Amino acid sequence: MSDRATSTETLHSGDSSSHSGRAVHLTVEQASYAYSPGPGSAPTFTLGTTSFQAHEREMVAILGPNASGKSTLLNLISGTIAPLSGRVELDGQATSSLDPRTRAQRIAMVHQESPLIFPPTAGEFVLQGRYPYGRALRLASEADVAIARGALAQLGGANLVNRPMKALSGGERQRVILARALAQQPSLLLLDEPTLHLDIGAQIELLERLRQLAEENRYIVVVVTHELALAAEFANQVVLLHQGRCLRVGTPAEVYRRELLEQVFEAPLEVELGPAGRPRVTVRVRRRHDAT
Amino acid sequence: MRPLTLRRLVWTCAILALVLLACVVLALKLGAVPISVTDLVWNLGRIAIGQSDQLPTDYRLIVFELRLPRILLGILVGAALSVAGAGFQALLRNPLADPFVLGVSSGAAVGAIIALIAAPSMVLVTPLGAFVGAIATITAVYYLGRRDGQLDSATLLLGGVIAASFLSAVIWFLMTTLASRDLRGMPFWMMGDLSTPLPSGLRWIFTVGLLAGIGAIYTTAADLNLLVTGEREAIHLGVEVTRVKLVVYVSASLLTALAVSASGAIGYVGLLVPHAVRWLFGSDYRLLIPASALGGAIAVVLADTLARTVVAPTELPVGAMTAIAGAPLFIYLLRRRMP
Repeated sequence: MSDRATSTETLHSGDSSSHSGRAVHLTVEQASYAYSPGPGSAPTFTLGTTSFQAHEREMVAILGPNASGKSTLLNLISGTIAPLSGRVELDGQATSSLDPRTRAQRIAMVHQESPLIFPPTAGEFVLQGRYPYGRALRLASEADVAIARGALAQLGGANLVNRPMKALSGGERQRVILARALAQQPSLLLLDEPTLHLDIGAQIELLERLRQLAEENRYIVVVVTHELALAAEFANQVVLLHQGRCLRVGTPAEVYRRELLEQVFEAPLEVELGPAGRPRVTVRVRRRHDAT
Repeated sequence: MRPLTLRRLVWTCAILALVLLACVVLALKLGAVPISVTDLVWNLGRIAIGQSDQLPTDYRLIVFELRLPRILLGILVGAALSVAGAGFQALLRNPLADPFVLGVSSGAAVGAIIALIAAPSMVLVTPLGAFVGAIATITAVYYLGRRDGQLDSATLLLGGVIAASFLSAVIWFLMTTLASRDLRGMPFWMMGDLSTPLPSGLRWIFTVGLLAGIGAIYTTAADLNLLVTGEREAIHLGVEVTRVKLVVYVSASLLTALAVSASGAIGYVGLLVPHAVRWLFGSDYRLLIPASALGGAIAVVLADTLARTVVAPTELPVGAMTAIAGAPLFIYLLRRRMP
């Protein structure tokens, strides 16, 4: 289905995740959704039927311009909303039917950053990822602390443990937020526009790290993005959405067709195949003197 | 990393309980008629061994019938308002939330006054009326504070201020037009006053209501730690957000209603105390809630002792003391937190 060789050949293949040896499998089959302002009123946004499958160690990019339904699809996968038709299942169980605690043990979501009103330290923040495993007061056990430290260390943030969140740089905060998701020990890691406020260097670093996590921790990683070039470089599979419709699903090489992308993103683009079989996208700007 | 342990939780609360005890002794001692600590300990010892009938009559009157009930009421009201404030702050994700600032105290006061007018002889109706007033106000302010479907912290606070101002006018109106009835005084409802002891029939109901309200909020303490980092985030970490919000809305309104129907609208306690506790012990709600309950009790007992003694034998309303300390803190937090 995809070419993993290029981006994973230098990575280790350990297993620091909690799930057992069984292969994890995400199925989205003919899933659709409609937002209505109230019961009985006409829907203001609909997401047409969408289907794709993903296995552990895979990275899926949900791609599309603004208001194409990317976040809706991500919420369907996360199980916080139930599909209007079709099914969304993780290992054969509908994600929306899982109770909140079990769901948080299996699916972690990284949002665009919310402002913190009473900022904790980075270590305390990461420990929140252990919430779905605790009882009553959820006081952290030694094992919880070790897992939280391990999650930060895996992202190269071991030195941040005692730093207050408000004193961290954007990139450091991003790492801590991701570490909290890792501390949940999920099998499915979802990210909503994680590269939005990062500069290009930090964007590449983050996506490389996600590829590495998918491999080492045997996650299925699903990333919502509108970064065409980065998705082509890092994703095994691309789901292309436009105005609430799923236009195409496949490897970047299969999905990245010039006419299709130009139509979806309403921009003049060039698509060429790179050396590793991954497409490269560039913007084709027509300058005035070119025309004359 | 220093995660909260049961040991730290228990020790912190034990120390605060000792401080509270010291404040109670101080409050018993200080007043228009000073009483020495030796006397106090001696007489408390007498009571402990069952010889309370041997106490001098004036002593019994001042300490056990005037000061002690007032101190106990202060403990109840302080704990209730502080925990309600901490709860509202998490729920509304707003560090400036406080039952008084949000107008919830004034709403409870209007509810209590209407209940007093409607059924003056039924004691239980007053706190019930206050509860309805509190719930109605926080619901209204919540919807006033929403912009484009999102809770906007500045709009929320403005909504609270406007609600408080409107409800104060309603209190003035009710008090002026129905002044002949026994509705307690204007300063009681506007500024708070601990000098009227609870009717004996209500004491147990208030204590049970207080413990139930604080207990209910405490069952959500771990959830509130996540809720303050964001509602979406909390949902994805396994928090049943709707249930938690409902529990905290109802309980914080109940606590405000109990406090207001017992002592009027004492302001800023719910702002002042949780922030002091955060500053001293960190912002983990599992520690913040019991520490705020104890801290609130300490703060109100001290404030009331000051109110009784600063210009003795004249008394100031206790709410004047808390406002003198609370309003500058509010401005400080507003300047620091708001862009």
